[in-house]
Amino acid sequence: MTTPREDPVALIPPEDEPAESFAVRLGVAQRAAGAAVPFATALIAFAMGGLVVLATGHNPWTAYKGIFDGAGLNWLFHVPWDTNTIHLSAYNLSQTLLITTTLILTGLAVAFAFRCGLFNIGGQGQYIVGIVVANWIGVSLAGWPTLPHILLGIVGATLAGGLWAGIAGFLKATTGAHEVISTIMLNWIAIWGASYLFGQNGPLQNTQDRASPVSAQVAQSARLPVFWGSSVLQGLDIGFFIALAMLVVFYVILNRTTLGYEVRAVGFNPDAAAYGGINVKKNFVVAMAISGGFAGLAGALDMLGYLFQFGELDVQATQIGFLGIAVALLGRNTAIGTGLAAFLFGGLLYGTTRGLNPNVFDPSLAGNLTSMIQGLIVLFVGADVVILYLWNARRKVRLRAQRGAA
Amino acid sequence: MTNHVARFERPLSAFSPRSVAIGGIVAGVIAFWVAIPPFTARSVLFPVLLGVLAIAGGIWAVSRGRRRIGYGAVAAGILGMALGVLATRSSSGNLQIVFSASLIASMLVFATPLTFGAIGGMISERSGVVNVGLEGMMLMGAFWGVYAADKTGTWVGGLAIAVLAGGLFALLHAVWAVHLRADQIVSGIALNFLALGITGYFFAQLYHEQNIPAGISTVPNVKIPGVSHWSFIGPAIGDLNLLVWIGILLVPLSYVVLFKTAIGLRIRACGEHPRAADTVGINVYGVRYAAVIVSGMLAALGGAYLSIGFGGGSFTENMTEGRGFIALAAMIFGNWRPFGAWGAALLFGFSTALAYRLPTYSSSSAILFQALPYVLTLIAVAGVIGRSRPPAADGRPYVKQ
Repeated sequence: MTTPREDPVALIPPEDEPAESFAVRLGVAQRAAGAAVPFATALIAFAMGGLVVLATGHNPWTAYKGIFDGAGLNWLFHVPWDTNTIHLSAYNLSQTLLITTTLILTGLAVAFAFRCGLFNIGGQGQYIVGIVVANWIGVSLAGWPTLPHILLGIVGATLAGGLWAGIAGFLKATTGAHEVISTIMLNWIAIWGASYLFGQNGPLQNTQDRASPVSAQVAQSARLPVFWGSSVLQGLDIGFFIALAMLVVFYVILNRTTLGYEVRAVGFNPDAAAYGGINVKKNFVVAMAISGGFAGLAGALDMLGYLFQFGELDVQATQIGFLGIAVALLGRNTAIGTGLAAFLFGGLLYGTTRGLNPNVFDPSLAGNLTSMIQGLIVLFVGADVVILYLWNARRKVRLRAQRGAA
Repeated sequence: MTNHVARFERPLSAFSPRSVAIGGIVAGVIAFWVAIPPFTARSVLFPVLLGVLAIAGGIWAVSRGRRRIGYGAVAAGILGMALGVLATRSSSGNLQIVFSASLIASMLVFATPLTFGAIGGMISERSGVVNVGLEGMMLMGAFWGVYAADKTGTWVGGLAIAVLAGGLFALLHAVWAVHLRADQIVSGIALNFLALGITGYFFAQLYHEQNIPAGISTVPNVKIPGVSHWSFIGPAIGDLNLLVWIGILLVPLSYVVLFKTAIGLRIRACGEHPRAADTVGINVYGVRYAAVIVSGMLAALGGAYLSIGFGGGSFTENMTEGRGFIALAAMIFGNWRPFGAWGAALLFGFSTALAYRLPTYSSSSAILFQALPYVLTLIAVAGVIGRSRPPAADGRPYVKQ
């Protein structure tokens, strides 16, 4: 037999193939499993969340319907003459997309590092660093012309996020410090650092009301234009398109550039990459810096797009950077997957909190339901390696049986 | 490798570089100590003299090849001298507020949950399973502990259920890490999210967002009869929570179990070289399951301390507020060793206790002080003061052959 042993499909002699072609069916099923596993993962997590809701004496159907409507997804199915729902659902959807914008970028921050074999848990810290820098630039350079002001804010925050993550990449490259530990530490340093900066008598606290630990408002000249909804009511700003563009940038960098080729080579096998002449350490630093840049950009778009100010309590409460981990894992670290997962979590996050009608389902329960579903999804994504393993094992067993029969 | 071990087992003589460096660290601490109550030396001379002594000892130790501990002594000397000089310059009234005996007490109070978490994490990681889920396990202990104390009416029931909840939750991590061979960091993070959701959901469901009713049974304080009346030690350790003492006892206990018994040898073998452990007949899967479950139980005790110990029978959403991660940091900073982890927990507890008192001087920079544990740990993992070395097989799933 001349075919390589590693490919079991090629081992089947063509004349043994059944009429529908077993190999073809298998190939389709396996390719489908690439997208089917994340879908199944999300479904199981939602089902288990529903079981908890059911067990505690609520109706899971009304709860999920309430979350669906709260996320504004009913807008997609609206009837033109029902003006009542249109306004509320359109508003809710715009808010969902606002959160999706952030989650796309914090998701990409995790996904890009993942493709280099690094686990960036520091999205939260990098996001906060981006928030701080964007606020500082947005506040202190009041009076600049709009375009350069916005650009400087975005670029500054992106670079700051990249630098913050670059510390972890640098430590990994020079001393071998595990990036998970160093990004966890950098997260908390960023959290406490930002609490200090925005807090009571901190350098970035607002000057009007010294009693409240909140930053000053970003100047009008640094605010991103709103294209859907009213700018007074936190409408959807053009940051959404920047995030979508970043999905393309992510794809292009990884799949169409030398840098991306090297990053993926290191991700697959650092030793083999080093043997092939790739500077592994350089790629660790670059991949972490680009990752952090995505998260820093998320902070900039939030700050200049709709937050405009940030307080000590917001720093402690925000979880959006951590959510990026679940987004990237569910999205299989691909551009399209991250975009879809960000939309799912964006809807879930908004639909369970401010968007949710309290008469339908208690938001204090629903908000925690989000954390639970998020945890279950990450848990099952961790185990999907096993699902694929079982899938492959089953395939091998079947092939062996077929070969035995032949 | 044998060389490495031999170096540590050399007996301690009075003038070995190691003991001089230890003396240097002690001198550095005393340099600060003399300037604060109850001694309150007002002369700059004492802290400077002791600090210089510490630095000199440290440099000598470094030149004799004991780099890690030598640099530690140098750092202790510089810090002790700087803080000591600062203290002599500040008014003794302010010093009385910041550095009272209750500072020691609150250091122990803040260090206790970290000690439970760090020792728990150490046991898990020594067996080769990374435990990033400490935060979640603590949170589970905190909520189910207070819930059970409320429902059973006694704190004993509260602790028992907290330990049970932590153990069951850790079992999930063990199944994922050992049998499903999932990425242990991913499953640890998942547990943190999951615990946040579960505790928050059931807190809202069972208590309807109201607080836990007042007056539920909490873990009692231990009043040491004679000691309570002593001048400085009395207020420091005379009236501490039972769990604080259990936490302190846990440290030598875990040391003895890990390093002096056959069980500990097995745990460490599984973390260093599971294949070799399997070859000599150790059940690697069993040991890892047990270690992870014990780690969850201990972390849950640390969480229960927050709710029904020092918390006085209360719960809030996300009550642990990152203490699980500080415990993780303490474990790493303490180099995966019981006394090291405890020392780090005390240091981090001290910095938290100090951060709560520093507003006497400056309200804004006190917040910054909270970041200290993380900065120190970052420096430690970066290997600036000696490389921290995790167990060799930490985080690697083992496949039986």
